[in-house]
Amino acid sequence: MLKDDPLRRVLIVDLSRRRWWVEERPDLFEEGLGGAGVAIRLLEEECPAGADPLGPENPIILAVGPLVGLFPLASKTVAMFKSPHTGNLGESHAGGRSAVALRMAGYGALVIRGISPSPVYLVVQEDGVYFRDASALWGMRSSETVGTVLRERESGSGQRSIMRIGRAGERGVTYAGVNTETYRHFGRLGLGAVFGSKRLKALVVAGRRTLPVADRRAYRQSYDTIFRAATESPLMQKYHELGTAMNVLPLNEIGALPTRNLQAGRFDGAENISGENLATNYLGRRVACAHCPVACIHLAALRLPHPTEPYFYKTSMLGYDHEPIFAAGSMLGISDVAGMLLLMEEMEIQGMDVMSAGVTLAWATEALERGLISTAETDGLTLAWGDAATYIEAARRIVSQPNEFYQALARGAEYAASRYGGADFALTCGGNEMAGYHTGPACYLGYLTGARHSHLDSAGYSLDQKAAAKGETLTPEGVAEALLKEERWRQVLSSLVVCFFARGVYDAETVAQALAVAGFPRTPDDLHRLGEETLRRKQAFKAREGFDLAALRIPARVLETPTPLGVLDEGFLRRAIEAFGA
Amino acid sequence: MIVKRLSVLDADRCVGCQSCMFACARRLGEGGLAGSCIGVRSAGGIRRGFTVVVCRACADPPCARVCPTDALTPRPGGGVRLHADLCIGCGNCVEACPFRAIFWDSGQDKPQVCVYCGYCAPYCPYDVLALEEIGEVSHAQG
Repeated sequence: MLKDDPLRRVLIVDLSRRRWWVEERPDLFEEGLGGAGVAIRLLEEECPAGADPLGPENPIILAVGPLVGLFPLASKTVAMFKSPHTGNLGESHAGGRSAVALRMAGYGALVIRGISPSPVYLVVQEDGVYFRDASALWGMRSSETVGTVLRERESGSGQRSIMRIGRAGERGVTYAGVNTETYRHFGRLGLGAVFGSKRLKALVVAGRRTLPVADRRAYRQSYDTIFRAATESPLMQKYHELGTAMNVLPLNEIGALPTRNLQAGRFDGAENISGENLATNYLGRRVACAHCPVACIHLAALRLPHPTEPYFYKTSMLGYDHEPIFAAGSMLGISDVAGMLLLMEEMEIQGMDVMSAGVTLAWATEALERGLISTAETDGLTLAWGDAATYIEAARRIVSQPNEFYQALARGAEYAASRYGGADFALTCGGNEMAGYHTGPACYLGYLTGARHSHLDSAGYSLDQKAAAKGETLTPEGVAEALLKEERWRQVLSSLVVCFFARGVYDAETVAQALAVAGFPRTPDDLHRLGEETLRRKQAFKAREGFDLAALRIPARVLETPTPLGVLDEGFLRRAIEAFGA
Repeated sequence: MIVKRLSVLDADRCVGCQSCMFACARRLGEGGLAGSCIGVRSAGGIRRGFTVVVCRACADPPCARVCPTDALTPRPGGGVRLHADLCIGCGNCVEACPFRAIFWDSGQDKPQVCVYCGYCAPYCPYDVLALEEIGEVSHAQG
């Protein structure tokens, strides 16, 4: 590590005592590089076995990496914590300006301990931490308004990240997220509830530092190579044009778009909610994370009339991506674009993970249809496929929790099914709600075995789609091996912390070159070892907290609805899980 | 000599990626943002788009007029030049610029201002920025 590199500085904040200090930890970054590699080491140090995810002993850890502030697309922050949603490893990644802001403020990682006696927000700058009273912000209806207030009140516009929770986080919805820069999220596994349990409403990070490089000429050269590759690659072009919503139609075409709680893999409203329709008729603006030329963030401009007054309109700019489209669209049978966008907006305002919320409401809809619950449980709401307005009201009640049923929904589909039945169609893997791909065995094996139970852990959906396109036959051992290999390499990317969308640009050779400039000489072999070690540590943490591959639940629905690779066989999945653990 | 300045062609095309800001710092071989003389910030939240602040190379630059030590002098044809050795770090120039296009190097305690080199412009993927010719002056003047 270069002598002047501030990456080694770990900022520790103790909310219980309102103290902060900086620890110099070059060891952590030499061993783990940054991001996931550093965060898992800090989690091992900070989080005692069996910790209550909503108790003072559960830490919030944010980490960035050596390439942030130096190279494009190194734009993610990795958050680690114990998840209140799964009771196990919590790891969530977000972009926006979060990573660049933390690095420019002069820190490699941030650890937040304890519980504040009263609502607080933190301002993190180059000169340290300021504790600010947040009691007036607590309970505000919209997480977006909290952002607006803090934008006005705090300095550093342009180089600043404002991470905040909504009421879902305050009220302990176990899949509450943290919003940053309005349109990006630490969405999954409940970081927002951990913020809420600490009475931490927001985290404002700002800075504008300089960063050293090992060789100025080599820096400019490797920068240009990466920048060109990023701006000229056809894949990046697609992320820019349609964004991740480009996936909706191709997935629907092959019967892999989860529809009405995965009762089908094709949705008759897919055209409406497709990336193409949204881009043609709604796209109002595209924006980027800090230091990313791709600009994959797509904002729909939704112009709505006032309910009674003539010629009175409001235009909202609402972010969309494939996953929220699946969760607030096809999974709930919603094909009305405005309804889908408004449901997403409500979930954003409340500050909950749209994916988990949508899948949980899909379970509730089917449970109501099948008579496992009645309108007594739903507090009078008749949840029905396609009825966005009712889902919007239900999303509000997940947060206000007027009765036991909504308290159960606030803990996700798996918990709700444990209380009311219907586990066969509660679409969770490892306790986390599924993502928007029903492509074949590999995507489910990814959800099941991935350390975060996220589609992004090992991208099984991609493996399935390649096999389908080439007419290849997958084997349990082959899938397990391919997923493990991918998940290990992704630990390297998430340690650097390079956006997974740039995985084609940042191959091992390119990463090694960029790291050399940043003062971290590593060979491609070193990197592969780092990936393996990081994943091993994450899995060891999970084993310590009680995770067991053999005990994984495979929802029956997954085995009923045909995928593009046919109806899935439980024996195949179990053999692959066994091979994964071997 | 051809006089050039950096021009914001269309701020509505800006996606806020900050590639230009990082390029500006990188022209000196530095990482990070401390050396950058470009400011891209949201216009009151990202939903409203971005403001792109660059030195517009004024013909009669107010920043130079308020400099008590002539450390900032008008550049013939528009814009300013910084003579850092004369600067006392008073910050008058920062206040005088209505665009806030004079940045501050807190390490050196001196202003940072665009040198009209155009290194940033090719890094803008969406043609927001360009180096533009604003006139010609003879060598005697320049």
